[in-house]
Amino acid sequence: MTASITVEGLEVVFDRFRALKGVSLEVREGESYGLVGESGSGKSTLLRAITGLAPVSSGTITVNGKTLGKTRDKAFYREVQMVFQDPYGSLHPRQTVDRLLQEPLAIHGIADGEKRIERALDEVGLGKGFRFRYAHQLSGGQRQRVAIARALILEPSILLLDEPTSALDASVQAEVLNLLEEVRRRRKLTFLMVSHDLAIITHMCERLMVMQNGEAVETLTASQLIGHRVSEDYTRNLLRASEGFVRV
Amino acid sequence: MSDTLLEVDDLRVTFPTRTGLVQAVRGVSFSLGRERLGIVGESGSGKSQTGRAIMGLTPPQAEVSATKLAFDGMDLLSISPRERRALRGNRIAMILQDPKYSLDPVMTIGRQIVETLRTHEKVGKTEARERALAMLQAVQIRDPARVFDLYPHEVSGGMGQRAMIAMMLVTGPELMIADEPTSALDVTVQLDVLNILDKLVAERGMGLIFISHDLRLVSSFCDRVVVMYAGKVVEQIKASELRDAQHPYTRGLLNCMPRIGFERHPLPVLDRKPEWAA
Amino acid sequence: MTAADAGALSRRAWLLSDRPASRLQARLGRAYVAWRRFSANRLALIGLLIIIALLVVAALADVLAPYSPTVGDLKNARLLPPGAAHWFGTDDLGRDIYSRIVYGSRWTLYVVILVAIIAAPIGLLVGTIAGYADGWTDTILMRITDIFLAFPKLVLALAFVAALGPGIENAVLAIAITSWPPYARIARAETLTVRNSDYIKAVQLMGASPFRIVLRHIMPLCISSLIIRVTLDMAGIILTAAGLGFLGLGAQPPLPEWGAMIASGRRFILDQWWVAAAPGAAILIVSLGFNLLGDGLRDALDPRSGDQ
Repeated sequence: MTASITVEGLEVVFDRFRALKGVSLEVREGESYGLVGESGSGKSTLLRAITGLAPVSSGTITVNGKTLGKTRDKAFYREVQMVFQDPYGSLHPRQTVDRLLQEPLAIHGIADGEKRIERALDEVGLGKGFRFRYAHQLSGGQRQRVAIARALILEPSILLLDEPTSALDASVQAEVLNLLEEVRRRRKLTFLMVSHDLAIITHMCERLMVMQNGEAVETLTASQLIGHRVSEDYTRNLLRASEGFVRV
Repeated sequence: MSDTLLEVDDLRVTFPTRTGLVQAVRGVSFSLGRERLGIVGESGSGKSQTGRAIMGLTPPQAEVSATKLAFDGMDLLSISPRERRALRGNRIAMILQDPKYSLDPVMTIGRQIVETLRTHEKVGKTEARERALAMLQAVQIRDPARVFDLYPHEVSGGMGQRAMIAMMLVTGPELMIADEPTSALDVTVQLDVLNILDKLVAERGMGLIFISHDLRLVSSFCDRVVVMYAGKVVEQIKASELRDAQHPYTRGLLNCMPRIGFERHPLPVLDRKPEWAA
Repeated sequence: MTAADAGALSRRAWLLSDRPASRLQARLGRAYVAWRRFSANRLALIGLLIIIALLVVAALADVLAPYSPTVGDLKNARLLPPGAAHWFGTDDLGRDIYSRIVYGSRWTLYVVILVAIIAAPIGLLVGTIAGYADGWTDTILMRITDIFLAFPKLVLALAFVAALGPGIENAVLAIAITSWPPYARIARAETLTVRNSDYIKAVQLMGASPFRIVLRHIMPLCISSLIIRVTLDMAGIILTAAGLGFLGLGAQPPLPEWGAMIASGRRFILDQWWVAAAPGAAILIVSLGFNLLGDGLRDALDPRSGDQ
């Protein structure tokens, strides 16, 4: 199987703060890969470094066989798209859903816009009725569906997901997770998903990396995690914490 | 229950909006002894507004009404604002989600605790300081003397939330309302904070109302759970019997979360029935 | 309920619909909500009426003015007090003041509109580019802005007019040059608050060029604060233009510009008060109108007062 994303020795420094300290990982084509960690672990920074939103100070990132330089070209963004954590902040407040979905098509000069927009809305389960609404006329879950439609409309092969459901209610979270699984299956997408919630990562991903303070703690398969076959104490702590409160 | 601390009967909170009146809380009733009660619901269920109404922190434009809202036999809706203020922070305390917004950024943590203590009790400066330090110790802050002189922005989220708990508990309240006290914290820190809260509540025999969106967390922490939907209580149940919950909403909420070791693809989703909100 | 009532009702429902079916409906709905918020404010409506009246007067000046604004009757009608023949009296050259004020409204509008058209886009462009580009571009653009802001507006305008020569076109230019810096400041501040938001990042991740992001995604968010500010500044612009006219550096005689009219009435202010008072009152009313309108727009358009 070929590698979709390869990251080697990645360092990200913000004003002397080392957010990522030499992290390496490999995501295979068609795989769903999870990054788990608490705040400050560098998991979101890793996603942002891949997209070019965070400054890379050393290390290499290779996407679909192409090693990335300082800037990303348009072709990169047709391969890689991202869904953000906060559905209330990731949609432009003055644009209708229609306008939001049209923008990527206009940027890349794609002609069959009408059809693509309708198909994208159908695919995320929203339908035509939502096409001309503004963000404030949508619920949190609907907004996240629009964000997913926007990411899919350029037909990328890789989707980066930055805590896509952590701002949603549990019942809405289930719907969005199901939707993500469905589009992944249908489009044979590669996922790189960030979450602080082990249960979500084991549900969504085949392999995962546990991160802490900008470093990789360990790399596991989902079944290793489910079977508690972990070697690091930190991972064990996370596992225990995710099982809820236990009175001592 | 003979030892009833709080009685809530038909509590309603109404907000005026551009399009008319909106009831955020629509007739909530429950009673609380010296126990841990969880209030669970999704956003917009009215769980936070219920907590705020008990605390007397409802926004001024909203209207609170109830057949009965009594704390220790005292009718909270008929006492004067002054009496209400004296009660607040003294006998009833509240912890909010994010310590960043509930601690005063320009006052050291120690001074805030001392001030809280001195507004409610007549104590000398040295005694107040000592009690504040003891309280910081009680919430398992390792170096209380150092943290005492720090400003809120100089401590981590978990530390800030512990300081907040210390500040709220220093007056020895009988009822504590905790609104999503650990949602802004990392999972491992979350458990530390819950452990501290649990110990203090048990030691001091307080009543605790724990408001959260996380049904599983609440059920592992509380004795009893009130499940709210669209401003109403749909089910009250013992935490230990949650598995046998009757209401489809409660069951749906329990089921729809992914769990480690229980593979379900796709996840069961909640089929919201209009009659739940009726 | 009559059919007309039902029609109005359904039209409102159509405008306020949560699920608009077309681009047009979405846009009209948004405008309607803003209008409802604006029209809830009585004073703002009064402001709007004043401005509409100004527009009407300027458009129909030829019909409304009974006399010529520039040619007076020196022999019979010098410095007449207000009366039936001359509602606001006449000036020292025997010209009807009412007619001059009616025609003067054109010059007032001319100044205000030209200044707005020149200054607001410059400010918007400089501010959004500075805010989005960061680094050197930001520093250079904002230091230039600071230099302009460091001088009192009227003094700077005076210097420009002195260099360019007196006349209403140069006065407009001078006012425009001195009034863009605050707009640049506002646009930059607005840009800084949105440039790090996820929705701008999302467009960056679409591969949009910085130019496109500024033009299509950031500028629309800055425009409402700018419109509000420009409207509130209109009164100041009118007063500056009048000030320049008063000092003899703006409109030149015999143009019926209100500021220049006050200047020429100054000589008889004690005995023939109406010569200066009438244009003064006109300036006052129009300035008030713009201020009230601006306040109303702030309530209607303010992006911070909810997303509706």
